[in-house]
Amino acid sequence: MALLDVRDLSVVFKRKGTRPFTAVDGVSFSVEPGQTVGLVGESGSGKSVTSLAIMGLLPKRGAEVGGSVTFSGTELLTLSDKQLRDRRGRDLGMVFQDPLSSLNPVITIGLQITEVLERHRGMSRKEARVEAAELLDRVGLPDPGRRIDEYPHQLSGGMRQRVLIAIALACRPKLLIADEPTTALDVTIQAQILSLLSELVSETDTALIMITHDLGVVAGLCDDVNVMYGGRIVERAQRHDLFDRSRHPYTHGLLQSIPRLDAPRGEPLTPIRGSVSDNIEWEQGCAFAPRCPNATDVCWSDPPELKADDGRMLRCHNPVAIGDAVTEGAL
Amino acid sequence: MTDKTATTTEATDTDTAGTDTAGADTVGIDEARNDAAGADAAGAETATGTGEAGPGDGAVGGDDVLVTVEDLKVHFPIKRGIVLERTAGYVYAVDGVDLTIRRGETYGLVGESGCGKTTLGRGLLRLVEPTGGRIVFDDTDVSTLKGETLRKSRRRMQMIFQDPLSSLDPRQSVESILVEGMRAHGLDSGKEATRARLVELLDSVGLPESALHKYPHEFSGGQRQRIGIARALAVEPDLIVADEPVSALDVSVQAQVLNLLEELQQRLGLTYLVIAHDLAVVRHISDRIGVMYLGSLVEEASSDEMYAEPMHPYTKALLSAVPVPDPTVEDEREQILLTGDLPSPANPPTGCRFHTRCPWKQDTLCDTNRPELRDVGGGHRVACHYAEDILAGRISRHEVEPELVHPDA
Repeated sequence: MALLDVRDLSVVFKRKGTRPFTAVDGVSFSVEPGQTVGLVGESGSGKSVTSLAIMGLLPKRGAEVGGSVTFSGTELLTLSDKQLRDRRGRDLGMVFQDPLSSLNPVITIGLQITEVLERHRGMSRKEARVEAAELLDRVGLPDPGRRIDEYPHQLSGGMRQRVLIAIALACRPKLLIADEPTTALDVTIQAQILSLLSELVSETDTALIMITHDLGVVAGLCDDVNVMYGGRIVERAQRHDLFDRSRHPYTHGLLQSIPRLDAPRGEPLTPIRGSVSDNIEWEQGCAFAPRCPNATDVCWSDPPELKADDGRMLRCHNPVAIGDAVTEGAL
Repeated sequence: MTDKTATTTEATDTDTAGTDTAGADTVGIDEARNDAAGADAAGAETATGTGEAGPGDGAVGGDDVLVTVEDLKVHFPIKRGIVLERTAGYVYAVDGVDLTIRRGETYGLVGESGCGKTTLGRGLLRLVEPTGGRIVFDDTDVSTLKGETLRKSRRRMQMIFQDPLSSLDPRQSVESILVEGMRAHGLDSGKEATRARLVELLDSVGLPESALHKYPHEFSGGQRQRIGIARALAVEPDLIVADEPVSALDVSVQAQVLNLLEELQQRLGLTYLVIAHDLAVVRHISDRIGVMYLGSLVEEASSDEMYAEPMHPYTKALLSAVPVPDPTVEDEREQILLTGDLPSPANPPTGCRFHTRCPWKQDTLCDTNRPELRDVGGGHRVACHYAEDILAGRISRHEVEPELVHPDA
């Protein structure tokens, strides 16, 4: 049985005086125990809102969540706040993009970890402090015995992110959601954090949902990759299939448009034309149609369905031909 | 010395075009650039002769150099006290950088946050006042200019900023944004001509004429960056300093802006200093790359050589840390993970600034002598005492214990 099963998840934001906005639309995917799943997309693709909906962190007022999210057989969307609080931090951990704003600035980092341990694992303050120092040591914070009494502002960005990971993993959750965990960090620090994450996750057999805009991060880390566009999943495949042979014009376009460190110099990039603001509504047709090089009349009139095709799931009327789909540079 | 010869030969193997331009340039690409910019071939010829002299004066004299930076320093004072302010120390943001930028080339400056790359770019344009050093722009010493002459000189050096929304005045229409600079430099020569020039400008950055009467908030991120580029182009500059020109943009839009920058360079013969943290972007767009660490350049080489044969330990680590969107490459990639954080630029380590995190650190020299940026052949400059030994495999990597770094130390 899947650890997490997301079925037909939708999130609609409603505000007085404005038209309702569908941020996430019919998203379905599942995560097996110990698996690493990627959720990739640009800003506005709905990837972060998906994760917040899974965690039950969206505001009750204003956001209408539909569909179902089952975690080890329990439906999460109908849980009460109290029941959710019991789960969050214990079974489900989350690491956010900006470590400074997700840590409490007026509480020492030690206390922020022991808080979780006392609440969920019923430890005494003393036990929790010992455990917290151990956790900090495991995430690679130098001199944890001293640092435990420091405040978030006394740490660098990379170290703060390590503290967040320590908090998220304090109760050995079965699932960890990491929302752009390295976007605010420098590349060498990003490499440290990514290797730490994948090491910890495989050590403890934790499942991981990795949310990012960086295809490079996904390529090295995820088993399955979901590509989102305009609130829907447009392509889902195993990472080798996706990167070696991307079939959706959006995925393909993305891979063609990012400069690669290992590409020979002087090769022009092929950008995706237009911008996200050109999208049409999914009800009308394919949201990507205005930017798509393959778009035909049907794309403007019929919304494509997510269908199994070529060993993957694909939402497209005119996918990239298999011969052309081989990404340049991939061997 | 044997090592130097070895590197030169290797560089020559990959590019047969200009064998003896050692110490001078990025061979093939540079020739193409020279043609494009309409520079005289004689310049390149002279370089061939003087090449052996090394990266210093000989090469500078022979090549068509637009900007020379000598020992540039920008130190920011740290003030303490409320009533009686005193200087408690300095942040050594840029601490002794030498570099030259040739006419028509793109020089890429990479480094992580806090390495001083942005301050270097700003210091070069004198948007921040350098503490020391010299900046020579097209044979004029910019560092001593004052008042009106300084203002006038700015016409030829423009900047493109990272965040297009905060660098454009929200209350100014695009027309007013573009005209402002032209007017300040006396390029506004009558209603008709200006109007034609504005339309031409917008057209060259791929925006419609109707954009003139709109305001920045009405555009998407990519379009705003195009306005920022048009503003820089409005005064017909020679040099454009682009500080993180694409990092605020979505991936699918980045390529549009990068292509636009390249196209404009070819058409207008512009010279770029591109500052970015994204190595893939820098490698894509630059002819030559300089890598900065804690206020100084640690390595400089042609874009291809930097990728093929990085010599400084920091460059090696930086290159190995960049994720590549290809699972096959990712699975085989050998990463050099650095431990710890960037030391505080207010209290930089003694000797080599990188020695606290360097996996190749040796017991002698590294923590006592600050390495000079020296030429190791083919214009490849590196600031490491043991670069040749590392390259030849005579020194191997070892574990590094992370040191405590306080961000506000």
